[in-house]
Amino acid sequence: MTAIQRIKQKFFESQVWRSIFRHGYPDTRRNQSLAVLSNVFLHLHPVSVRKSGIRLSYTWCMGGISFFLFLVLTVTGVMLMFYYRPTAEFAYNDIVQLREDVAMGIMRELHRWGAHAMVISVWLHMYRVFLTGSYKPPREFNWAVGVILLKLTLLLSFTGYLLPWDQLAIWAITVGTNMARATPGAGHEGPFSSMIKLGDIPLLHSGSDVRFALLGGRFVAAPALLRFYVLHCVGFPLIAGVLMAVHFWRVRKDGGVSGPL
Amino acid sequence: MAEHDVFSYVPTWAWQPKFFFPILSLLFFIVIWNDRLIRFLVKPATALTVLAVATIIFCLGLKNPTFRAIVSKGDNIPIVMMLLLVGFFTWLALRRGTLNDDRIAQGLKPMEEDEAHQKVMVWPDLVYIEFICLILISAGLLVWSLAMKAPLEQPATRVDTPNPSKAPWYFLGLQELLVYFDPWIAGVLLPGIVIGGLIAIPYIDNNPKGQGYYTLRERRFAISMFLYGFLILWVVLINVGTFLRGPNWNIFPLGDVWDVHKIEVLNNVNLSEYFWVLGMGQPLPAHWFVRELPGFILVGGYLVLGPAILAKTLFKKMYQELGFVRYSILVMLFLLMLSVVLKMVLRWSFNLKYFVAIPEFFFNI
Ligand code: HEM
Repeated sequence: MTAIQRIKQKFFESQVWRSIFRHGYPDTRRNQSLAVLSNVFLHLHPVSVRKSGIRLSYTWCMGGISFFLFLVLTVTGVMLMFYYRPTAEFAYNDIVQLREDVAMGIMRELHRWGAHAMVISVWLHMYRVFLTGSYKPPREFNWAVGVILLKLTLLLSFTGYLLPWDQLAIWAITVGTNMARATPGAGHEGPFSSMIKLGDIPLLHSGSDVRFALLGGRFVAAPALLRFYVLHCVGFPLIAGVLMAVHFWRVRKDGGVSGPL
Repeated sequence: MAEHDVFSYVPTWAWQPKFFFPILSLLFFIVIWNDRLIRFLVKPATALTVLAVATIIFCLGLKNPTFRAIVSKGDNIPIVMMLLLVGFFTWLALRRGTLNDDRIAQGLKPMEEDEAHQKVMVWPDLVYIEFICLILISAGLLVWSLAMKAPLEQPATRVDTPNPSKAPWYFLGLQELLVYFDPWIAGVLLPGIVIGGLIAIPYIDNNPKGQGYYTLRERRFAISMFLYGFLILWVVLINVGTFLRGPNWNIFPLGDVWDVHKIEVLNNVNLSEYFWVLGMGQPLPAHWFVRELPGFILVGGYLVLGPAILAKTLFKKMYQELGFVRYSILVMLFLLMLSVVLKMVLRWSFNLKYFVAIPEFFFNI
């Protein structure tokens, strides 16, 4: 035995290593199974899967890529939170500083391009699930969970769009949230909203409708920035995280990635 | 403008959605329902030729400063990327689908079947694939981020409204619908129906075939509806919103300078006016109910008689297979999707503004 081999052996048999990984090198079937079973992350997977289900030409890996992008966005997003203050006073300048003062700073770039990429990857994932008929029983419910995840992905992207607090941001959000004004029975310009009144006093006006609730005001201004920030950094990611857990759990419970019956 | 570039060979009218949108729609259905045509289109040689031609046109187009300015805008890069990816994956799925269809026609099983009964270990087979995907995506994202700065414009101000004001790119299809519909339909009702309709798909589609492999023939109706919605109504409209809509939300031919002063006179007419004033030669009735009666009858007839007539004719087989409840939901979604297109076509051909217009209640459809 050479010295290197001896050191290797010592290392892999040390108490520290064995306390972390409770199985030998995964080159036997038993150890390969244990590698998956005894690791909380890999344990998302079963021990063995149908060969057809891991083909790139079948899944396009788009679900996995969506999840990976979500993780990238979480990490880069947390980094950005260290520097960004969600007030009308600071927001724009904080972004300018991230841009100008950080050498090779690409956190904002990773976050923004990653977000665009995730929107695309989620669409493509849905596209593949549809085209392989993978929503058919028993996977109906997981498809529904997926649709909600799609919606959350768009909402996450949309709420994030406001945060740089530049012209691009407030006007895109203004265009987007103007629609809320027209919600039937809930926005002050929605159909039939004018009928909701007490005597002569209209109950739904620009200061009491859903758009006002969404923006915390009549325009996209400081309160809207704070609301969108909280939804973007806490609210939507939490819901998306929980639903992803459900989604992955159901992929397994529904018999793994679909294949011909 | 006077300069010659690839775009100037296309006549101005051909850039109008009213021209190319119906043509694209027709072409789509012709291709998807024609076995020979689609087999020709998904041949690798055809697909590569299409890709090559598109790339050449794109590169030549970059000579044009207006086009270059649009595509190189940070937030528009993903649209170009999406076009490539959607194109590629549509090709891949239809290619595998038609290959499978041919196998099934010969009495063979789909390609996926062979490997469906083999099991592989997650470690190393799947973990390995995931790891490589992860590295590639990370590398791509890093290069993209190093090469391009995230956009940042002037600080936000209410005083200065940009013209045009555009929603984020993934909502531009919906913003495009604002041209034809009131905000409560384009911004609230239709998105709601899209979400609800998507969720309903697995519960409506009771065709047991085509699960777990690519196919076209075994689920042609389902696939053609979904592809039409995604490719034409979603992706194409996003591109109209990005590349063709300029100041005042006018259509500008690709490559034309965006002129803020261009004004297009819109003279849209309500159905009530068509009926009472132009048809009956009398002034509009005073009460909104009488005034809008033709619209009510038309819309009501479409949504009530439409399903019944379709159940007896075009969708007869489907009605029997789906049963009453599934059929009703399906046909409603179908008619609503069709009505979006119909409204656009009627606007283009007759300047129709609203079928039913009751400004008294902000209710216009
Ligand atoms: C945040 C978004 C999402 C993430 C991270 C995600 C992740 C995943 C992953 C990792 C899988 C395993 C197989 C694969 O990679 O294809 C999967 C399967 C699945 N997903 Fe998603 N997904 C998301 C959104 C969606 C959407 C939008 C839909 C549909 C509307 C959907 C429907 C499904 C279904 C039905 C399966 C089972 C497919 C099969 O068994 O072949 N998911 N998802």
